[in-house]
Amino acid sequence: MLKDITIGQYLPGHSFLHSLDPRTKIIAVLIYMISLFVVNNFFGLGFMLLLSFVVVLTSQIPVKFFFRGIKAIIFIVSLTVILQMFMTPGEIMWQFGIFKITKEGIHQAIFMGTRLILLVSVTSILTLTTTPISLTDGIEHLLKPFQRFGVPAHELAMMMTIALRFIPTLIEETEKIMKAQAARGADFESGNLVQRAKAMIPLLVPLFLNAVKRADELAMAMEARCYHGGENRTRLKALQYTKRDYVAAVLCIGMVAGAFTSRFI
Amino acid sequence: MIKIDHLTHIFYKESTKEEVKALDDVSLEIHEGEHIAVLGHNGCGKSTLAKHLNALLLPTAGTVEVDAVDTANEADLWTIRQMVGMVFQNPDNQLVATTVEEDVAFGPENMGIEPAIIRQRVDEALDAVAMTAFKDKGPHLLSGGQKQRVAIAGIIAMRPKYIVFDEPTAMLDPIGRQEVMNTIHYLNKQEGLTVINITHFMEEAVQADRVVIMEHGKIVLSGKPKEVFTQVDLLKEMQLDIPPIAELAALLHKENKNIAADIMTIEEMVTELCLWK
Repeated sequence: MLKDITIGQYLPGHSFLHSLDPRTKIIAVLIYMISLFVVNNFFGLGFMLLLSFVVVLTSQIPVKFFFRGIKAIIFIVSLTVILQMFMTPGEIMWQFGIFKITKEGIHQAIFMGTRLILLVSVTSILTLTTTPISLTDGIEHLLKPFQRFGVPAHELAMMMTIALRFIPTLIEETEKIMKAQAARGADFESGNLVQRAKAMIPLLVPLFLNAVKRADELAMAMEARCYHGGENRTRLKALQYTKRDYVAAVLCIGMVAGAFTSRFI
Repeated sequence: MIKIDHLTHIFYKESTKEEVKALDDVSLEIHEGEHIAVLGHNGCGKSTLAKHLNALLLPTAGTVEVDAVDTANEADLWTIRQMVGMVFQNPDNQLVATTVEEDVAFGPENMGIEPAIIRQRVDEALDAVAMTAFKDKGPHLLSGGQKQRVAIAGIIAMRPKYIVFDEPTAMLDPIGRQEVMNTIHYLNKQEGLTVINITHFMEEAVQADRVVIMEHGKIVLSGKPKEVFTQVDLLKEMQLDIPPIAELAALLHKENKNIAADIMTIEEMVTELCLWK
């Protein structure tokens, strides 16, 4: 059961977005976020909405995945919308006691709501179309220039890779320990929150102990395979920009330019 | 050739605040193309010995030389680790990457080899352990024997001359054990790799060219399987198992001196007994 969890929920496919370099996708998402907050009128918002639809369609990912992502943030979105609606000062449209809805408030609520939903949908495309491995590779490459300032780019990427590698193993182990404890009468299901949290202690202790032991053995195995940090290390699949990435870059520039010009309409 | 010369290793045990002599004046020569099995009880020093062969541990006294390069020489550390590959006991705790192929590439990547050559080596290594079909799978989806074969492929891709197996089958089921042993034999016989197999399974030791038995940090017996496993009384005194066929041969030999005492395999036993029909 726990084993079925997919990390990063990558969906294999052959779309234009799948074939892009992970670095391009990460930067594109950043530019998209900026553009989303640059636009300040309905022309701009419409432009971004249209763009997002195009991106979603190109990704060839079933729409239900986006709905799932939106469902997860529905609470935050509604909260933001309500707060914006009631708290923004301005021209009053409707009033009941201390509650009042302003024209500016509605405007803000629509903007923030749409922005949040678009943000979640489009960022989820990044993880849906990129394998965890190439995502870590991309992050490592993008952080490399910051190594000079003490950002441990390679180490961070290695940590992410190992974490991804061991999550399924540790989940499997958790299940095993749970069964072993249950066989000896442990009860993980009943009782209030405090009692249930307490029941987790005998689960966590062996899990952590084993994880430390694993780390120790893994470190030795890595050393035996000549691991000595990121220096002079090559990669089996070297990242390489292709024509598609340049096309994507041009489109991104277009997006930012569009977002900025929309402010003056 | 790996030359171990009067090697002693002393651990300092934090819990009891005392020094433990894990290896005590061990000398051994391992020749190219050989298949050596090192046997002994837990704590006899066999794993410690293994870790000296690729400089994971350094001698307290004495020397270890791999092709005339001293393992204590820090400048040659990565050369030594490349020449002497090591496969560990727990298949889960030695796979690093999220796919089989990426994991096999880990060693060559660390050595700074060109991507195109890594590709070629990874494909060859996966082919040698018959795991090509699984190259895009995650390690957690494989069986124990398969994981261990991937670990072996990860070592082969580094093109070592020697491979040290530190109880590679101890955590596997019988099928996995057979898979791994077949792979080890293939590498030794077909690819000409020198194999040092640390084990406590007698069936595995019988198939080696040479058997070394350790106790209390010392080598107590060494020789061809036929020479070692015929010393039934000595082995029993050390509370070691004796391969069943060797024990049977010894018993038969006691009853009838015409039956050879140095029979190690079922095939040999069948041939021997058929002579008496």
